[in-house]
Amino acid sequence: MSEGTLYDKVWERHKVADLPNGQDQLFVGLHLVHEVTSPQAFGMLREREMEVAFPDRTVATTDHIVPTTAEGRSRPLADERAEEMLTHLERNTEEAGIRFFGLDDDRQGIAHVVGPELGFVQPGMTVVCGDSHTSTHGAFGAIGMGIGTSQIRDVFATGSVSADRKAVRRVEVTGELGDGVGAKDVILNVIRELGVDGGVGHVYEYGGEAIRALDMEGRLAVCNMSIEGGARAGYINPDETTYEYLRGREFAPEGEAFEERREYWESIRSDEDAEYDDVVEVDASGLAPQVSWGTTPEQVVGVDEPVPEPSETRDPDAAETAQAHTEVTPGETMEGHGIDVAFLGTCTNGRVADFREAARVLAGREVADGVRALAVPGSGTVKRTLEAAGIDRVFEDAGFQWREAGCSMCLAMNDDALEGEEVCASSSNRNYVGRQGSTEGRTHLMSPGMVAAAAVEGAVTDVRAFDTADEVGRSVADAEVDG
Amino acid sequence: MSDAPGPAGDDASGADDGASVPAIRRVAGTGVPLRGDDIDTDQILPARFLKAVTFDDMGTYAFYDRRRDEDGGRNDHPFNEYRGANVLAVNDNFGCGSSREHAPQGLMRWGVEAIVGESFAEIFRDNCKSLGIATLSVAPEEAEALQSFIEANPDAGIEVDVREETVRYGGTTVEGEVPDAMREALLAGIWDTTAVMRSNLDRAKAVRDALPYTDD
Repeated sequence: MSEGTLYDKVWERHKVADLPNGQDQLFVGLHLVHEVTSPQAFGMLREREMEVAFPDRTVATTDHIVPTTAEGRSRPLADERAEEMLTHLERNTEEAGIRFFGLDDDRQGIAHVVGPELGFVQPGMTVVCGDSHTSTHGAFGAIGMGIGTSQIRDVFATGSVSADRKAVRRVEVTGELGDGVGAKDVILNVIRELGVDGGVGHVYEYGGEAIRALDMEGRLAVCNMSIEGGARAGYINPDETTYEYLRGREFAPEGEAFEERREYWESIRSDEDAEYDDVVEVDASGLAPQVSWGTTPEQVVGVDEPVPEPSETRDPDAAETAQAHTEVTPGETMEGHGIDVAFLGTCTNGRVADFREAARVLAGREVADGVRALAVPGSGTVKRTLEAAGIDRVFEDAGFQWREAGCSMCLAMNDDALEGEEVCASSSNRNYVGRQGSTEGRTHLMSPGMVAAAAVEGAVTDVRAFDTADEVGRSVADAEVDG
Repeated sequence: MSDAPGPAGDDASGADDGASVPAIRRVAGTGVPLRGDDIDTDQILPARFLKAVTFDDMGTYAFYDRRRDEDGGRNDHPFNEYRGANVLAVNDNFGCGSSREHAPQGLMRWGVEAIVGESFAEIFRDNCKSLGIATLSVAPEEAEALQSFIEANPDAGIEVDVREETVRYGGTTVEGEVPDAMREALLAGIWDTTAVMRSNLDRAKAVRDALPYTDD
C-alpha cells in the first residue's frame, strides 16, 4: 500500500465517505462533460427527479461529433443524429446552469485540451469525464479518471464517484531525450515495455529526468496515454513548469490567490520518502522515434528497429493477426512503409507545441502526392494562437487541410474518417482495427513531427534525418505562441 | 432469447428513489465463447453507433462490424451463433480502450448477464458493476477450457455464482474472483450507487468547502 504519494494525499482530501460496498466516495473537483456520454446520464437524472448538485464544478464542451470544416458547422448539422446530440447538450447544460463551450464559442474544442488550457484543471484536483482519456489531466498532478455514463449520473447527482484506491506504480523514465524524440515516443515506449494491460489495478506516477524535462504539452501527452497502458490514471508531480503554465490562464487564480494556491499545490506533491507499491525504470536515453506496427498501442517499435517476429512478442497470435492487417513485414523496419493519410491533432497531440513541432518539419516542404493531410487543432484557442503566429500558413503551404477544432479522425464519429484500406500516420492514441472509421483502415501511431515527416515522404520515415528547417521555420514556427 | 433462467434475483432492496435494483447472487444460463486478448470497446461497440441520446438500440450494435462479412451479411461470429446465451466467456484484458458504457450496455441488451474471463479492463469492469453485470476472473487456462466446453456443448447450462466466486459447468466447478466491491454490491443489491452517495450530499459539500480551489 502506497503512502505519502500525491495520489494518497489527493485521495484523502477528496474522500467523502466509506461506501457499503467497500469503495470510497470521492468528491469530484472538476467534471468535464461532452455530447456523447452525457445525454443518457441527464436522462437518468431526470427520471429520478434529481438536479445537478454542483454545476459550478462542471464544464462542458462539444468535441466528438462536431464537423471540422467551417461549412460543416452551420446549424442544423447535416448529420441529424449529431445535431440531436448537440441540441441535447445545449439544452441540458442550460437547464442545469453548466458552463458550455459550444460551436458559437471560439474556445470550443476537445475536453482534454480545453480544460487544461483555460486553467480549469489544476494540481491536487480530482477530475472525471465520460472519456477514457481523462487520464490526461494527471499532467498537472491531478487525479484524472475516465468514467462510464452511470457514473456520470452519479457525479451529476452527488458531485462524487465511487472508487477503489489503486496501487501506485512509480514509472521512472531516466536519461535525456535526443533531438527529434519527445513525449509521444516516451509514452509509446512505456506502453511497449509494460503492455496494454500492465497498468490494470494501478495508477502510474511518472517521474525521472526525462519527464521533468518535458513541457506541459508533453506531460499531457504522456498522461493522456496512461489508459492505453491499462492505467486508468497517470500523473506527474507539479513543479515550476506546471505553475508557469497555469499563470495567466483564464480560469486559474490570479495574483495573491495564485501564490496561496501554490502552497496547496506544493503540499500535495509526493514526499521524498513516499512509499510506492512498485517502481519500474524505463531508460529513454538513445530512444528512437516510436511507431506502432500493429493494432494495439503496445505493438510499437523504434523507427530504426525491425518489426518483431510474432514469436518475439507477448501475444504471438495477436501479433500475427495484426501484421496481416497492417501488412508490415517482420524483420524489416517501418521506414518506407507507405501512407495515404497524415492526421495531426487529438487530445494526445492537438496542442500548440505539437503543431509547432510539426511545422518545423513542414516549413518549406510539401506533402507528397496522393497523401491526404489533415491538421485539426485541439481547440479554437489552439487554432487562433497558431494563426496569430502565422503557423497555419506553414500547414496550408505544405498542402495540409487546416481545420476547425474537434476529435476528428481519431475515432471518426464525425465526417473525418479513413476510407477502405487507407494507411494513416496519426498523432492520435489508438490503432485498434476500425478505430478511424474503416474496418480495413490501418493506423500507425507516432509523434507530430513523425506524422509531418511521413506526410512529406509519403511513407513512414525517421524525422531525425530531416533538417528541421530553422532557417525557413524560425520566423513563424518558433514565434512566441503560447496562448 | 432462450428459455434459460435469468439472474437469480432477490427482492429489490436498498434504494428508495426509483432506482431500486435486485440483489444478484448467481447467473444461470448458457454460454457464448469469444476468443482473443485485448478486445477493445471499439470492437464491442463501434464509435459510429454512439451517435444516439439513449442506450435503447445498443443491443443491435454489439460487435456489429465483427458480425458481418464484407458484403454486410452475417458471418459465424459467436454473437450470431450463440443467440440466447447470457454468460460470456472471454480471455485477457477484455473491454480495454474507450470508457463508453455503450459497450456493456450493448452486451447487456444483447443478453449478457455475466462475463467470465482471464482479466478485464478497469473502466469496463466498473461499467459492468454499474449495470449489475457480474464479472468473474479465472486463470487463463480455465477461461480457455470454458470456451472450449461451450463450443462443444452450446446448449449446456453454465452458472456463475457471485457469492462463491465460481463458475460451474459440465460437472466442473472453477474458482475465480469477483472484485470485492462488485461482489458486495451485487449480493446486497446496492450496485446502483446514486442513492447512497446522494444521502452523503452534506458531507460532499463539507469536503468541497474544505478544498482550497472550489471558490474559483
